[in-house]
Amino acid sequence: MSENAPKRTSLHGEHVKLGARMAPFAGYDMPVQYPSGIIAEHNWTRGNAGLFDVCHMGQCLLEGRSFEAVATAMEALVPADVLGLKPRQQRYSQFLNEDGGTLDDLMITRHARDGTLYAVVNAGRKEHDYAWMQKHLPAGVALTRRDDLSLVALQGPKAEEALAKLAPAVKDIAFMHYADVEIGGISAQVSRSGYTGEDGFEISVANADAPKLWSLLLSDPLVRPVGLGARDSLRLEGGFCLYGHELDETISPVEAGLAWSIPKRRRAQGGFTGWARVQEELSHGAAKKRVGIRPEGRAPARDGTVITDRSGRAIGKITSGGFGPSVNGPVAMGYVETASAAPGTKINLLVRGTPLPAAIVSLPFIPNRFKR
Amino acid sequence: MSARYSKDHEWVTVENGIATIGITNHAQEQLGDVVFVELPAIGKKVAAHDQAAVVESVKAASEVYVPVSGEVVEVNKELEGDPALVNRDAEARAWFMKVRLSNPAELDGLMDKTAYDRLVNG
Repeated sequence: MSENAPKRTSLHGEHVKLGARMAPFAGYDMPVQYPSGIIAEHNWTRGNAGLFDVCHMGQCLLEGRSFEAVATAMEALVPADVLGLKPRQQRYSQFLNEDGGTLDDLMITRHARDGTLYAVVNAGRKEHDYAWMQKHLPAGVALTRRDDLSLVALQGPKAEEALAKLAPAVKDIAFMHYADVEIGGISAQVSRSGYTGEDGFEISVANADAPKLWSLLLSDPLVRPVGLGARDSLRLEGGFCLYGHELDETISPVEAGLAWSIPKRRRAQGGFTGWARVQEELSHGAAKKRVGIRPEGRAPARDGTVITDRSGRAIGKITSGGFGPSVNGPVAMGYVETASAAPGTKINLLVRGTPLPAAIVSLPFIPNRFKR
Repeated sequence: MSARYSKDHEWVTVENGIATIGITNHAQEQLGDVVFVELPAIGKKVAAHDQAAVVESVKAASEVYVPVSGEVVEVNKELEGDPALVNRDAEARAWFMKVRLSNPAELDGLMDKTAYDRLVNG
């Protein structure tokens, strides 16, 4: 294998056995779809329970002498309320650069063990993020990457029913919290979270246990494997940002519509990298805004498609676009000038040189059904 | 005439100087679920290897090239309402367009089924 050959997750062999179509993603050879196809996998997740390999994401621990010390260190890098986390609670946030652009988005969890945070960052950004944290964390807060851990997501309205057969305690896990659970003799850290817009769990286990857990979960007829293709259509319908598309080093969390993840104390007091721009945009508005887009016809409009107003003036670009199986039509997200961002605004999309009529719509396309 | 095949994964059959053109079953398998098909205008003049249609799966858009030159005389309207027909019956009912051939000799440059199967199966 050459140095550039894609890495394999601990579940690679399982995907091959299932007949998955594999493709490189963020440095890993990942399943795009299984033989049933993207639409069937998408619909299965909306109706039952889909099982996803997300081992490629970056799991890590930050440890210090006290929770306050570690949380304060993390708060210097993200605009979230980390100090306010209760044990076993998690929050969504972003690493920002000095200019208020987004370096990555991540999940931050207060570990049950004192003085410890557990974080999950994007696969394609993890090397960057680990170096960024290493550089900025104060002495006394240690970063440990947990490449020894695997991560799978079980998502859908039947996820609880399926997982509770193996571990009844998961019924009591609240949204955006985790518990330590035994699943068929495997020690797992199970959080009630995910990126499909459905109720579900993310399950972290030792690499060596991952294939056994995968097979055990798939032995339930409610559970089927789902690849990255459907993961993308599910998150797009759910209105969630994908790093490299809706988020990059030029886009602020305010532009991205993520101001809900920045609480009052952090807005007022700052103390995180990128605060100046966040404060400015929260006070005076951002120049552009992330929006949902519904083409009027059946043609999908893809990432990079130019958005114009009805007079033909360019007002923005699509960042993610495709077919939404649950919407049963094309859906997209993108950025437009704030003056044109109101739901109902009529726009055109330049698809293969032809202006196609579309409208700005509110997100998400499919209402989120988290169990709160 | 039995079907001929292009290296771009289109198939062609010819009757009375009119070529019927579609994408191969191998191509549809590679694409996955087809969700949209864009067809050319009737009367459009096409040259061999021109892009004449677009087929979109959930993941991506792919170009469809015409393997022969001529004039588009008919398109398969059924694909507009039911693009998934391409997945179900790529080499028969899910034809894309009919082209009146201007240079039938171009057909000689295409593969027969044995040669095409060898191409896709390696």
